[in-house]
Amino acid sequence: MKRRAIDVSHLPTHAFGHRSIMWWGGAGLMAIEGTMFVLLIVAYIYLKGRSPEWPPGHFAPVLFWGTVNTAVMLASLVPNHFTKAAADRLDLQGTRLWLSVSLLFAYAFVVIRIFEFGSLNVWWDSNAYGSIVWTLLGFHTAHLLTDVIDSTVFAVLLFTGPLKKSHFVDVSENSYYWYFVVLFWLPVYGVIYLAPRLA
Amino acid sequence: MPTIIQSALHPAGPQAAQLATLWWVMFWTCTVVYVVVLGFLIMALRRGRSRDLERPAARQLTRWVAAAAGVTLVILVGLLTVSVTTGRAIASLSAPDALTIQVTGNQWWWSVEYSHPEPSLRFTTANELHLPVGRPVRILLKSSDVIHSFWVPNLHGKIDLIPGRQNQVWLQVDRPGVYRGQCAEYCGLQHAHMAFSVVAEPSDDFERWATAQRQPAPEPSNALEQKGREVVESGPCAMCHTVRGTLAGGRFGPELTHFASRSTIAAGTAPNTPGYLAGWIADPQRMKPGARMPATGLSADELQAVLAYLSTLK
Amino acid sequence: MTADHEVDARLTPEALAAESRHLAKCWGEERGILAWFSTVDHKRLGLRFIVTAFVWFAFAGVLAALMRLQLARPNNDVLGPDLYNQVFTTHGTAMMFLFAVPVVLGFGVYFVPLMVGARTIAFGRLLAFSYWLFLFAGIFLYGMFLLNIGPDRGWFSYVPLAGPEYGVGHRPDVWAQLVTFTETSALGVAICLITTIFKLRAPGMSLNRMPLFVWTELVTSFMIVFAMPSVFMASATLVLDRLVGTQFYNHAEGGDALLWQHLFWFFAHPEVYVIFLPATGIISTVLPTFARRPVFGYLAIVLAVISTGFIGFGVWVHHMFATGLPQFSISFFTTASLMIVVPTGVQVFCWIATLWSGRVSFPAAMLFVLGWFQVFIIGGLTGVMLASVPLDLQLHDTFFVVAHLHYVLIGGTLFPLLGGIYYWFPKMTGRLLDERLGKTSFWILIAGFNMTFFPQHILGVMGMTRRMYTYPPELDWGPLNMLSSAGAVLIALSLALFLFNVVTSLRRGAAAGDNPWGASTLEWATTSPPADYNFLPWPTVSGRDPLWERFPEQPVVAGLSHEKREVLVTHVMDAEPDHRKEFPGPSLWPFLAAVAVSGLFIGSILTPWAVVVGSLPTTIALIAWFWPRSGKPPDELSREIEESDKAGKEAA
Repeated sequence: MKRRAIDVSHLPTHAFGHRSIMWWGGAGLMAIEGTMFVLLIVAYIYLKGRSPEWPPGHFAPVLFWGTVNTAVMLASLVPNHFTKAAADRLDLQGTRLWLSVSLLFAYAFVVIRIFEFGSLNVWWDSNAYGSIVWTLLGFHTAHLLTDVIDSTVFAVLLFTGPLKKSHFVDVSENSYYWYFVVLFWLPVYGVIYLAPRLA
Repeated sequence: MPTIIQSALHPAGPQAAQLATLWWVMFWTCTVVYVVVLGFLIMALRRGRSRDLERPAARQLTRWVAAAAGVTLVILVGLLTVSVTTGRAIASLSAPDALTIQVTGNQWWWSVEYSHPEPSLRFTTANELHLPVGRPVRILLKSSDVIHSFWVPNLHGKIDLIPGRQNQVWLQVDRPGVYRGQCAEYCGLQHAHMAFSVVAEPSDDFERWATAQRQPAPEPSNALEQKGREVVESGPCAMCHTVRGTLAGGRFGPELTHFASRSTIAAGTAPNTPGYLAGWIADPQRMKPGARMPATGLSADELQAVLAYLSTLK
Repeated sequence: MTADHEVDARLTPEALAAESRHLAKCWGEERGILAWFSTVDHKRLGLRFIVTAFVWFAFAGVLAALMRLQLARPNNDVLGPDLYNQVFTTHGTAMMFLFAVPVVLGFGVYFVPLMVGARTIAFGRLLAFSYWLFLFAGIFLYGMFLLNIGPDRGWFSYVPLAGPEYGVGHRPDVWAQLVTFTETSALGVAICLITTIFKLRAPGMSLNRMPLFVWTELVTSFMIVFAMPSVFMASATLVLDRLVGTQFYNHAEGGDALLWQHLFWFFAHPEVYVIFLPATGIISTVLPTFARRPVFGYLAIVLAVISTGFIGFGVWVHHMFATGLPQFSISFFTTASLMIVVPTGVQVFCWIATLWSGRVSFPAAMLFVLGWFQVFIIGGLTGVMLASVPLDLQLHDTFFVVAHLHYVLIGGTLFPLLGGIYYWFPKMTGRLLDERLGKTSFWILIAGFNMTFFPQHILGVMGMTRRMYTYPPELDWGPLNMLSSAGAVLIALSLALFLFNVVTSLRRGAAAGDNPWGASTLEWATTSPPADYNFLPWPTVSGRDPLWERFPEQPVVAGLSHEKREVLVTHVMDAEPDHRKEFPGPSLWPFLAAVAVSGLFIGSILTPWAVVVGSLPTTIALIAWFWPRSGKPPDELSREIEESDKAGKEAA
């Protein structure tokens, strides 16, 4: 049997970015959740189009907490960037440091989110406007919470072990997910806080 | 009961007629396509079984497949054209100052309100529409609870009645007769028993009917009927039903002022005869379980009286 | 690499035998209860998906039989309105969510890794989690039905009928959570399949050499990713309306009943293509095998499948033609609904061309696949009729639609599925199904199916609407209904014969061997059933029909570890080897997480606090799932990192 053998024993045992299968899992999750955000925004626009007065009673959400939180979230992208860079070069100390810094921002934006709910000026059961606004904010909050929990678990693992190289890939993927959660917030912020103020 | 032909292929008006034509055009086109495609399939299978026939070149097969795709596209565009043309035609029916009827869907009956610019000429009935032959009529459609659908196959396609929206359809009947319609959107327990009649009659007959409908209920002519009216006014009936000219003014159930002029009861569930009516009033849940009308708890005497009174409401 | 005349030391018969023992130990699973709950093996899980789906199918079939019994005569009293409404709702919901989608995904789960030459599927624990959710979903739905809390608002659960005001009780919540269960499960499987198809293909299997069945599973998985979120939004907002008083569907407070229909149908129309496309993939697999030639028009079929996937997202309003939406926007949807016929037509023409230029034989598998042509094409053509807005206004919500949907679903999916079972049963079990029984059951099925559903077209045109628990005698619908119900008996008989065939062939079927049909795709290049590690030696390919293209001379892959579960990850486009990844072994956490999540879903029917309370065990289970088993301490890690860095740089 003159069969050739292609030897793969020298290939590395991990890879970053879209070469890794974790990236595809993460991309799939982002596609699913991104679609949900888009649908919620479309539902908002649909309900707005059917209403003579939007918001009913003309009470738009207060801008302050939402804008502060947007700033905090955007700021968190800085340590997030460095976390990813450290993970990509398998730098254990660097990853530990920057993930911990990112976590501080994360706990902050979760707490501020509570104030955001309080400043919406409507309850979820008052009318359809209240329902869609609470649902949009609530759905994004679920993402913030997932981000916080995920990142906390990784941070703990980075300090306690047992660690494998693939965990650095996981941390790198988590950073991508963090970008997704913050960047998708921007259109949601626009819809919740700015759209009611348009003529 | 005699056979009713509630069929889209027995048109009694211009719109249903156009739709029936569209049906036949599409039906025959699809049948021919089906026969041709299956024909090619069978030929291919037979070729495939024989070993001597030459295998056609890939290029030839490609041409055939591309041609078939092209023919498919052409047929679809043709059908699209026929469909759009028909759609425009049936939606183009209208007339100034047309008769307007507001139909409201309820679980599980139809409220029918004849509009008029002059308020005193408006009247309400239930589960039965009368239409003058040969004129476009405007039907407005809304719902008081869940989604229903208004469908008289002999006349037109169906239009939904959606809470929070007002839909509209123009109808025209050309052939006098009685046509059956029914709710065509699942609306709960007794969706199967939410039918209605459409009585198409010449204009004069229609006007006579409308004038009669505008009158309040006639006075009872004997003691039994008088007792019946009292039971209706003071008993459970008045909580839901209206009989104009009496104290019964309930708005939850069908209007009964000219109940005896209608041919069915319980939205087409049974014929309007004393036997069925007695059974219905005594225990509506037997004939139509889940119907919103509760058992009335009338004694036998009261029931007799009510039946007598109702029979006067022509 | 070895010189031409030498045999690589790893490929001698002795080396391969030793390797197979190591691999069996590494990839094998223990026996016993705990192992049964911990498996991450795609073949075991794929088979479970298929078998479980058919069990739910059988129950839903019994519900159908009850409906046909009730409708056989006018004013019948076998089922009263309340039970009938639960029966038709549970039948439709179960068939769509618990049978049709899981079974086509199940075939993908079993066969896609084999067909692309992978050792296993990506994210095996996610797959296991998805299976358990699916199993619990069926137990939940049928359990609620038996407790008289079965959903009864139709499988599309329109509001306000299913809303808080008119859908009193918990039945619509049961429906909504059934949807949540099954769509989470399907999304999980979709991610596994997409990742496997893109990243785990055998070297040489570039995208344009992938089997067509794999293409259909890929497109289906993408459709699931983009469509399921819509039904999730729909069911979540429905539960919110019912549970905490939101006003999404209450027009009095700015909500809209049609919002539901848009959200639901935006999902449900692609859903039917999710169900349909893998079945066309089965046809593209079985038909060329028994025409003894590669499928004609591979590229055209791939483009047809992809374009169907796209256009499928643009037609949903054709379910809403009677709602009074503006004419001009509606015409767009008529056009799209007609145009989607073209790619399917292209597939049909390519298959006919394949047969035309092949040498055809007719085992049972082929008969079922050919049955698709007779049945589905009628369904497709009645679909063309329904795509026309004016005509649809007559036909919508009548038995004409019931006939149409059964022609496209049973013809379009069940027939190829049964053909796929006759085709792949030998690979999965090592035994052949009985051919004579198979062919007999085929003829009974095709006769019974047409007898049941063809008359329903006529009934629809004659004015018989859907979802009626009974009808009066004077409409003359009795005779055709009786004919339809009689046909249902034949369908039941055929499926009983099929079940009998499966059960007896498992014990006494003829031995199948590796490749009884002489087929061309990679799943036939291994034993029947495949070993836990799928292949040895690990194949590469250089064409679309590997086993028909000098397979014994194809190079094979060597050098993967047999001490741990190592899988080769390749590049997306051309499947060049990229890196080796260690895959996790069996774990109980997917099962436990599924139990926690199920508790959350079911609890939230009763109280919104279940979401908060249920999140805790769910989070714990998910963290435990992820948490690595104790292994090397951190400082050994740095050495490893250095070494792998070096190896990576050398390879680059």
